[in-house]
Amino acid sequence: MTQNTTLLELQGITKTFPGVKALDNVSLDVKQGEVLALVGENGAGKSTLMKVLAGLYTAEQGSIKYLGKEMQVHSPLDARLKGILLIHQELSLSPELSVAENIYLGAWPTNRFGLLQKRKLRKQTQQALEALGCDFAPDDRVGQLSIARQQMVEIARAQAFNANIVIFDEPTASLTDNEKAQLFETIEDLRSRGKGIIYISHKMDEIFEITDRITILRDGQVQGTKITADTSVDEITRAMIGRDLDTYFHRAKENFGEDVLAIDGLSADGLFSDVSFSVKSGEVLGLYGLVGAGRSEVVETIFGIRKAQSGRIIWKGREISHPTPAEAIELGIALVPESRKEQGLVLGMGGRENITLPHLHFFSTLSVMSKEKELETYEQFQQALDIKTTGPEQPVAKLSGGNQQKFVLAKWLCSSPNLIILDEPTRGIDVGSKSSIHELIANLAEQGLAVIVISSEMPEVLGVSHRVLAMANGRIVGSFSGQNQTEENLISAVSKT
Amino acid sequence: MSTPNKISFLAPIKNWLLRNHIWVFFLVVFGAFSLASPYFLTVNNLSNVLTQSAFIGILAIGMTLVMINGEIDLSVGAVLALASALAIGLQDSIGVWPAVFCGLLSGVALGALNGTIIALSGIHSFIVTLGALIGVRGLVFIYTGEDALMVSDFSYTEYPEIYLGPLSITAMIFLGLAFLFQWILTSTRHGREAYSVGDNIEAAHDAGINVKRNKIINFTICGGLAAVAGILLSMRLGTAEPNAGKIWELWTIIAVVLGGVRLTGGYGTLWMTIGGVLTLAVMRNGLRLLSTPNYVELMVMGAVLIMALLLDHFLSGISRKKTS
Repeated sequence: MTQNTTLLELQGITKTFPGVKALDNVSLDVKQGEVLALVGENGAGKSTLMKVLAGLYTAEQGSIKYLGKEMQVHSPLDARLKGILLIHQELSLSPELSVAENIYLGAWPTNRFGLLQKRKLRKQTQQALEALGCDFAPDDRVGQLSIARQQMVEIARAQAFNANIVIFDEPTASLTDNEKAQLFETIEDLRSRGKGIIYISHKMDEIFEITDRITILRDGQVQGTKITADTSVDEITRAMIGRDLDTYFHRAKENFGEDVLAIDGLSADGLFSDVSFSVKSGEVLGLYGLVGAGRSEVVETIFGIRKAQSGRIIWKGREISHPTPAEAIELGIALVPESRKEQGLVLGMGGRENITLPHLHFFSTLSVMSKEKELETYEQFQQALDIKTTGPEQPVAKLSGGNQQKFVLAKWLCSSPNLIILDEPTRGIDVGSKSSIHELIANLAEQGLAVIVISSEMPEVLGVSHRVLAMANGRIVGSFSGQNQTEENLISAVSKT
Repeated sequence: MSTPNKISFLAPIKNWLLRNHIWVFFLVVFGAFSLASPYFLTVNNLSNVLTQSAFIGILAIGMTLVMINGEIDLSVGAVLALASALAIGLQDSIGVWPAVFCGLLSGVALGALNGTIIALSGIHSFIVTLGALIGVRGLVFIYTGEDALMVSDFSYTEYPEIYLGPLSITAMIFLGLAFLFQWILTSTRHGREAYSVGDNIEAAHDAGINVKRNKIINFTICGGLAAVAGILLSMRLGTAEPNAGKIWELWTIIAVVLGGVRLTGGYGTLWMTIGGVLTLAVMRNGLRLLSTPNYVELMVMGAVLIMALLLDHFLSGISRKKTS
């Protein structure tokens, strides 16, 4: 198969929302048998572009040429039937339906009476699953499959509908390294069969590993398309943010005080066992591990969201047993959770109300709220963290990921905690916000806070921490600092178990 | 994406109307009946409408709090009947005010019981309060012996005759309670916590808010207010019927939802609820003044409810598009 046939060509796509030009004259093309990366900061227009392609939005101007012919996409199902498949970051599957039913969702094979042809459905699904080498059956309930397998279900759709264009939106966000490797093999397989793949990601290492070309978007405009082999991470990053990122990581100066928190032999059935460590004031402790290693569970136990079966939690030399979140906050522990939308923010509320939520007693007398005090605090954090909003009452649902994350941080910093635990603080946010959050972490430690940072991104956890603990299968498998704090050591520690 | 828009003095008004569209609807209905019936736009009639709306209105205040929590209370009609029966039935044995107090207490206690079961067991409030609706109604039938109870001391029925200008004491209690609870919603910790629990219960819990306590308090208030409505009704009628307040829980939910409060929780104000209650009351009154047959009245009310919700859907669609 020739490599040069152009499968898909977008020309001059423009899409405006009231007040914002989300896409401004965007053109790109995908060839047969290539993986095209689409990169850009949050809000650069990647998602909007893909939604145009998948039939969720209609562009005002521009044309989509598919296999040399002009094409209109009317709905996601229409796009799928025409051979374009978008695999969302948050998978869009029905957990109660079977694998086969999900794959053919909305396009189930029916006989002339409109009844489902179950045997045909199962057979076609079986073929698609076999072609991809999946280890689950057409009748399995999707809700029981792991995230990685659910993703394979979506990819099997591409197989079943014989899609020519497959779009992946941040596909590795919740995959372990093994699962990621498998996904890349699948992508390689799709490529070798002449499919065109669009790969959207924030993760530069992945992009340089599997893509052929990179198209960079900034503020709704294409900044250029580069051949992956001929470019560098620096060049791409510069094009994405439009400036140099000279200091990508900031590490706090070492000035440690007393132990703030120590945990000793903490265990919870099936989640983690015999976890011990301590963290001093002024110290940034990194906690590295793959998804499912038990990192989030450990810190949720410290914060009182979960209960431990055994072990001790010692706060400033005093043992605390089974705290509740309210008591943990009272003591001076803050937890910035992994999932902003589920755990971190009340999306219908504005920034002011979100920031003060954990500390209502602090902003009220006899339980009557003082709006003035709240606004004062809001202003202070909005300026200090440079949060972009239209005002204190704008519902946070309408902000970008980076700005939402800053509100989550503000919410927990506002009580001046002694220990702040950050669980994946920069997941899914743009490079510019990332670096300002790294800077903030360093500042907090220099002000004497103890900081625990959980991250799956190795450069991040190595870059910001004074000491890094590696976790695997619910156990601490290594502690690294100074000279030993390297990627090689972390990888070998977590992969030994 | 959001960018700061041009600042326009019209924007806040437009936003308010998009949120409180029920008042536009109210004015339309109000205007239509003013033109259609010469008896509608009179002080006497409007004063009556307000008094009549007060009972559903007081139930609707409690329902709003519970709905902001993301829950529902189907037992308010039955609780109203129980409080009304106790307030009248106990008067001969323990005196008027102790009887009223017992009626009130029964509502508070049942509300607290509902809330506790819901918060501690995690069973959906729809199921728990549906059970309470049936069980409490049964209790009312047992207590009243299936007959209406009558007051023996008729001075009891004179309290609702207190008026301040055109405002009856019943209407004043409704509006006073509405203002009080609106203030609680916007200006106290409890109110803030109620919204956060309804909008994102996990985030609220992780922020250290006692989610269970917040829900129990709101159900208790809802039960207590249902009892207040029951007592006011017993004063007005002088009797307590075992069937009093039957399907009122549905009218209450209709009024609250008509106002724009979301069943999913985290969104709504008592301004919306008052709007919904008054719209419903005005429509009922107007249709009766035009001597519409009862069943036609029901059909019209049902159609209007669905139309109002379509309007809400349409308007919130506009405001969503504006900001996305």
